[in-house]
Amino acid sequence: MSENKIIGVVGTGNFGVALANLIAENHEVMLYARRPEVVEQIRVTREFAKQKVNASIIATNSLQEVAERCTLIFPVIPSAFFSEMLDNLSPFLHPDHILIHGTKGFYVKLKEEEKLEDLHSLSRDRIQTMSELIREKTVVVRVGCLSGPNLAAELALHLPAGTVIASPFNEVIRIGRKTLRSDRLQVFGTHDITGVELAGVMKNIVAIGSGAVTGLEIGENARALFISRAFNELIRIGTALGGDVKAFLGLAGIGDIIATASSRFSRNYTVGLRLAAGENLQRILETSDEVAEGINTVRITKLLADHYKVKAPITNIIYRVLFHDLSVSNAVDYLMKYQFDRDVDFL
Amino acid sequence: MLILPANKGFLFFKNMEQNEADKSDELKEYVIQEYDVIEPDITKWPIYQLSARRYEFIEEVKRASLEKSLQHFKGSNLLSDELARTVYQERIRITQNPWKADAEDEKEFWGDIKNELVQVSRIDDAPARNEEEKKLAQNIISRYANEIAGTFDDSIYRFAKVAIPFGISRLLNSTVGKNFKQKLSQQFGIRDRVIFEGDIDTIRELSKQHTVVIVPTHISNLDSMVIGWAIQEIGLPAFIYGAGLNLFGIKLLAFFMNKLGAYKVDRRKKNQLYLETLKTYSELAVHSGCHSLFFPGGTRSRSGGIEKHLKLGLLGTALDAQYMNYVNHGDVAKKMIIVPVVMNYHFVLEAPNLIEEHLKRTGREFYLMEKPDSLSTSTKMARFIFKFLTQTSRLYLSFAPCMDLFGNRVDKYGVSYDNNNRVVDVQKYFVSDGILKDDQQRNAQYVKMLGDVIVERYFKYNIVMTSQLVAFTAFEMIKKNFKRLDVFGILRLPPEDTILPADEFMKTCERLRDRLLQMNKEEKIKLTHTMHKSIEHIVERGLQQVGLYHDRRPLARKKNGDIMSPDLKLLYFYHNRLEGYGLEKFV
Repeated sequence: MSENKIIGVVGTGNFGVALANLIAENHEVMLYARRPEVVEQIRVTREFAKQKVNASIIATNSLQEVAERCTLIFPVIPSAFFSEMLDNLSPFLHPDHILIHGTKGFYVKLKEEEKLEDLHSLSRDRIQTMSELIREKTVVVRVGCLSGPNLAAELALHLPAGTVIASPFNEVIRIGRKTLRSDRLQVFGTHDITGVELAGVMKNIVAIGSGAVTGLEIGENARALFISRAFNELIRIGTALGGDVKAFLGLAGIGDIIATASSRFSRNYTVGLRLAAGENLQRILETSDEVAEGINTVRITKLLADHYKVKAPITNIIYRVLFHDLSVSNAVDYLMKYQFDRDVDFL
Repeated sequence: MLILPANKGFLFFKNMEQNEADKSDELKEYVIQEYDVIEPDITKWPIYQLSARRYEFIEEVKRASLEKSLQHFKGSNLLSDELARTVYQERIRITQNPWKADAEDEKEFWGDIKNELVQVSRIDDAPARNEEEKKLAQNIISRYANEIAGTFDDSIYRFAKVAIPFGISRLLNSTVGKNFKQKLSQQFGIRDRVIFEGDIDTIRELSKQHTVVIVPTHISNLDSMVIGWAIQEIGLPAFIYGAGLNLFGIKLLAFFMNKLGAYKVDRRKKNQLYLETLKTYSELAVHSGCHSLFFPGGTRSRSGGIEKHLKLGLLGTALDAQYMNYVNHGDVAKKMIIVPVVMNYHFVLEAPNLIEEHLKRTGREFYLMEKPDSLSTSTKMARFIFKFLTQTSRLYLSFAPCMDLFGNRVDKYGVSYDNNNRVVDVQKYFVSDGILKDDQQRNAQYVKMLGDVIVERYFKYNIVMTSQLVAFTAFEMIKKNFKRLDVFGILRLPPEDTILPADEFMKTCERLRDRLLQMNKEEKIKLTHTMHKSIEHIVERGLQQVGLYHDRRPLARKKNGDIMSPDLKLLYFYHNRLEGYGLEKFV
C-alpha cells in the first residue's frame, strides 16, 4: 500500500470516527456514512459522534466511490447492518480489495419468516462471523479483523493503546499495521482470525455481566469472581465453536475484557450497570443512541451453548436477566449457589 | 445433464444376462451422447508438443528446481543440512522400503553422493564448499527430474485406444462361454458401465482455450484407468497425470503409463529437493498448456470415505502456473480450470485391504491386522482388471462444474462469475497495490482455500448409490444397537449380533432416503435415478449391488427376510462414503 492511497472507513459510529481520525494522521481517508445528513453534518461542522473529524477526511455516502477509490477498507458498523451494507458494497469490489472489519457481532442465517427469538438452538453453520460473511457475499478474499481493547472514547483522546489484526494473510496484517501503527497505537498480528472474532464478540457477554455486578456494589471480590468464571465459560463455548484458546488469552480476549468489564465508556458495560439499577431491557434500548452488540450476542451464544450442550450458567442467567426480567440480585444469588467444578479447565 | 457416452448416440447395454433386467431400468433414463475428438491432429496437442521437446523441457525443470531450492536454502549451512538429511533419508528408504520400480543403481548413486558430501564437508573455504554443495544438489535434482518425467508417444496412444477395447472383447469372448459370444460385440467394454454426470460440454469448450486440471477422488487403482479413459472418451486431448511410482513396478502398466503422459510421484520421498523438482515439473508442464490430472487426496481413501484433507503441493503448482501465465500474458493469459470429479463404485475390489489399513492407522494396539494382499504384480493386476471388466456393476463419474482457482464458476468462454453472477477479474487475486506480485504466503493460503472448495464440491457432487444407502443405514443401525461400543468393538461383533429386522431396516432406509431427497433438492448432494424409485426397489438393488463380488458380502438377506452383515469391516467401508453429511441423526 503506497503512502498516497486513500483508505476507506465504512461507518460513523464512535469507533468508526475514532479510527478514521487515527488513520487520517498519516493517510488520506474516505469516511462513509449511510445517511446523507450525516455526511452533510461532517462536511459543515467537522464534528460527529462527539469527536472532531480530521480536516483531511472526505465524507461520502457512496459505497461505490469508497470501493473505486480505496483498496483498503475498514468496515466498522453494527453487525445488524453488516449484511445489507455488503450487499450494497459488493458490486463494486474486486479480488484486489482488502477488507479489515472491526465489528464484534455474529450474523445469523435465518430462513424466511424465521425469528431469532423463536429458535431453540443454533449450530455453528447457522452463524457467521463478519469475515465469513464478507467471504460469502463478496469476491474479496484478503479479509482481516481488527480487535482488542480499543474504547473509542479513549482513542479519541489520543491515549495509548494496542490492537490486534487477525488475518490468514501476512499481507493483510502488514498493510493493516502500516496503516494504523503510530506512537500511541501498538499493532499486533495473528493468523487466527476465527479465534479473534469469537473472542471479540463473546467478551461483550462478560462486559454486560460485569457492569451488572458492579452496579450491585457487592465488592471487587465478587466482580473478580464473576469475570474469571465468565471468561472460563466463554472459552469453553468458543472452543466448541472452533476457536483456539490462544486468541482468548490475547488482546482480543482477556485484553478487551479487562477494558470493557470496568469502563463506563463501554456500551455493554453500561447496559449491565443500568440493569443493576433496575431498568429493563426495553427501556435501555429505547434510551440508547448506539447499539450494544452484547445484547444480541447473549441470545445467540445461549442458543449455541444449548446446541453443543456446553454448560453455560453465566450466559444463561444473563439471558434471563435481559429477556425474562430476572433481577440482577436474584441472578447473583443463583450463581453463588451454582456448583462450579474445577478452577481452570481449558488449558 | 446426464450423459452416457456410446456409439453414435444409440442406447445399448450389453452385459451378463442375469443383470440385463436390473440394468435396463436404471439405464433407460440416461441420455446417451457421443463426443467427437476436439483436435484430431495429435501433433497439435500440448502434451505432444511438450514431449517433442522433452530434453529441453527436462533441462528447464532442472534449472528452475535448482534455482528455487537454492533460494529456499539460502543462508549458512541450510543447504548442507538439507543435503545431509536427503542422503540419510534416501539411504534408509533404499534399505527399508524398496520398490520394484526403483532404479537398479539406487544404492550406488546414493553411496557416491554420501561420499562426495563427506569430502565436501572437509573443504574449509566456505564459498568453495558452497559451490560444491550446489553441484551435489544439481546432481540430485537431475536424477529426480529424469525419474519423474514422463513422455507421450502418439503411436502408443493410437495403439492403446484401439487395442484396449479389442483386448477386452477378446478376453471376454474366450472366457464367458459360447452362448455369450454373439451377444458380446466389439463394442462391449467399460463404456456401458460408466455413467457421466456433469457439464461435459463446458469442459470441452474450455479445453480449447484454457488449461484444464482434473482433480478426482481416489478410492481404487482403477481410478486412473477409468478417468484416463473417460478423458479420451469425451474427446479431450491427452492429459499429463501424476501416478504413484509403485504402479510402475507392474510392467504392463508401466509400459503404457510411461508413454501416455504419466509422470511419477513417489510418496516415500519427502525431502525438499524432490518435492521442489516434482512441483516444478508439474508447474512448467501446466504452464506450457498441458491439461493435467492428479488425485489431490494423494493416495486412495483408506476408509472408503470422501477425502476431507487434500495434499496441497500439486494444487499449488496450478496456482503458480496461473500466476506465471498472468505475468507473461496479462489479460489474455490462459486460465487454469479446476474440475473436481467424484468417482463412485458399488464394488471396490481393494476394499478389504483398504479398510484394514485404515483401521490399522486409526486403531489401537489390540486391533490385529490381517495380512493384506496387494496388487503388486502384473498377474494380480490383470486378474483385477479382468474381474472389473467382467463383473463390476455400474460406476458413476460426477464432474463438478468448472471453476477457477478461487472456486468461482467459469462459463464456456472462460469468464469467472461470483456468487451473485458478477464477472470476476481473476488476475486481481494476484494484484497488490496495483501490480502483480508473487507473494508465497498469500498463494499458500489461496491453495488451502482451493483445497477446501474442492472438498466441498466432492461432497456436493457425490452421487449417492443404492448400495451406499443400505450400507450406511445398516452400519448405523448396528451402531445404535450397541451404543456403548466404539467402532472397533462393533467391528468385532459376531454375525448373529448384526441381524436387523427387515421391517425396521426398510423404514430406516426410507427415512434416510427422504432426507437425501431433501438434500438433493437443496443441491447438497446428487442421487442416481434409482434413488427416486420405491423404497422396496432401492433396498433390493442396494442389497444386490453392495460389494457384489467380495468373497464375504457386507450385507446379506436371511431366509426370513432380515438383514445381516457377514463382513462388518466391508460394511463399514461402504458406509463411510456417506459420512460427513450428518445423516446419523435420521437413523
